[in-house]
Amino acid sequence: MADLAFWMIVLLTIGGAAVVVLNKNLVYSAIALLFTFFGMAGLYVFLWADFLAGVQVMIYVGGILVLIIFGVMLTNRITSVNISHSSVQRGIGAVVVLGILSILVIMIYNTPWLQVEAVEPVQTVGKIGYLLMMDYLLPFEVASLLLLAALMGAAMLSRKSN
Amino acid sequence: MTIDQLMNWIPFGADWPALAFFAAVLVCALTVFLFIAVYALMAIYGEVKISSFMQDKVGPMGQGVGFHAGKWGLLQPVADAVKLILKEDIIPTLADKKLFIMAPFVVFIGAFISFAALPFNQHTVVSDLNIGIFYILAVGSLSVIGIILAGWGSNNKWSLYGGMRSAAQIVSYEIPAALSIITVIMLTGTLSMQGIIEFQKGTIWVILPNWIIFNNPFSFIAFFIFFISGVAECNRTPFDIPEAESELVAGAFTEYSGMRYAFFFLSEYAEMFVISAVATTAFLGGWNSPISGFFDGPGWGLFWFMGKSLFLVFVMLWFRWTFPRLRVDQLMSICWKVFLPFALVNIFGVAIWSLIIG
Repeated sequence: MADLAFWMIVLLTIGGAAVVVLNKNLVYSAIALLFTFFGMAGLYVFLWADFLAGVQVMIYVGGILVLIIFGVMLTNRITSVNISHSSVQRGIGAVVVLGILSILVIMIYNTPWLQVEAVEPVQTVGKIGYLLMMDYLLPFEVASLLLLAALMGAAMLSRKSN
Repeated sequence: MTIDQLMNWIPFGADWPALAFFAAVLVCALTVFLFIAVYALMAIYGEVKISSFMQDKVGPMGQGVGFHAGKWGLLQPVADAVKLILKEDIIPTLADKKLFIMAPFVVFIGAFISFAALPFNQHTVVSDLNIGIFYILAVGSLSVIGIILAGWGSNNKWSLYGGMRSAAQIVSYEIPAALSIITVIMLTGTLSMQGIIEFQKGTIWVILPNWIIFNNPFSFIAFFIFFISGVAECNRTPFDIPEAESELVAGAFTEYSGMRYAFFFLSEYAEMFVISAVATTAFLGGWNSPISGFFDGPGWGLFWFMGKSLFLVFVMLWFRWTFPRLRVDQLMSICWKVFLPFALVNIFGVAIWSLIIG
């Protein structure tokens, strides 16, 4: 059962990603991202990372995806969003893709993966919070400062300058 | 009762755990769906009746021998349901068919899967997730996508404006709502719904129940910020500019009819219940009795939980028929200039309060 669920989620993730890349309609691509993000959340659940799965849904689906769809819909010619990404130079592209693929496959098979027994589910939220507030407090605060700066910058840019 | 307990009851559970899990999930899903359907019909009847009483009308009534809508119009929800099922399913020619069909399901799923973490009493919760309250806040964002899809897929300017307004509003109001929930999490130290309710047992200041709303002045404010933001997230009046009839016909739902429209309607009422249930759990003690030690137990737990949640749903109906609609700029300035600073101050205040007094 767990296997079946796992493969269904993998199919959802990869299928969504494929639609994102291959579909010519920009809106469909954005919507297909929804499935990919949910699939990612499912994969996190399989790794016992429940909190991370929640964060994935909240930030990527609730934030970034909405932002992307907003961007698509606010483009000028709103009725004909058909920005197609045509394929050019297929031959060279195929060579590069095959090269990267073979490198990745060789790496995956040659890496001595650390095999561990299936662990009992532990509560991850507390640990993540402890690490963020104790060991990684400075990076955490710096990241928040960066985000604040980005927020203010965006507000400045979107203002009508007088 | 959780899914795990349900699985233990299933006789073939030991032999085919996968099948038993599937059966248990199916039972839970069907129960929740039936609950939403019945509750939504009752809530719609309640809305019609309450609005009528507030406007000095009588609302749907049975008339004489024929009993057109039953006694006091009690059969009105049945008639509404039959009407919605029988109505013709219209898809506009120029609509984006795939997105148009998909949108109601996405919105409904967003409301539906939130019910998985709602604790109806001490034992009845589909799954007492470790990250329960966070899960509910996270999956709530799914309905935003659905509403944008509806607005885009309809290929109609009113729908599009409605969808965009709705998305902007929900995304904005999620922030003060989530920040208010953080004050609760700071006090309880857990994200589990049952854990938050367990924290609120007993009394505080001799007679008051130990609910988080009474815990300190900051959490008292946080409750109101959360609840009002919740009303805004449901696109209910006074925050209903996404479907303002006088400007946008029906916003994102303009082109929908029949069952597809009914699904939007169901999800709106389901979302109202989810917001109320989360407010109940986080601030009003969940299934805890208001008088500590009396009327406790699973049956009373269900009674208190449903009572508090449905009261908050009633308050939402009350809002709708009392307040006029806000303008867009008023809506956004309330969110960003009032609720957000107050919510941030609340977090700080609760932290100081827990250090000094708690």
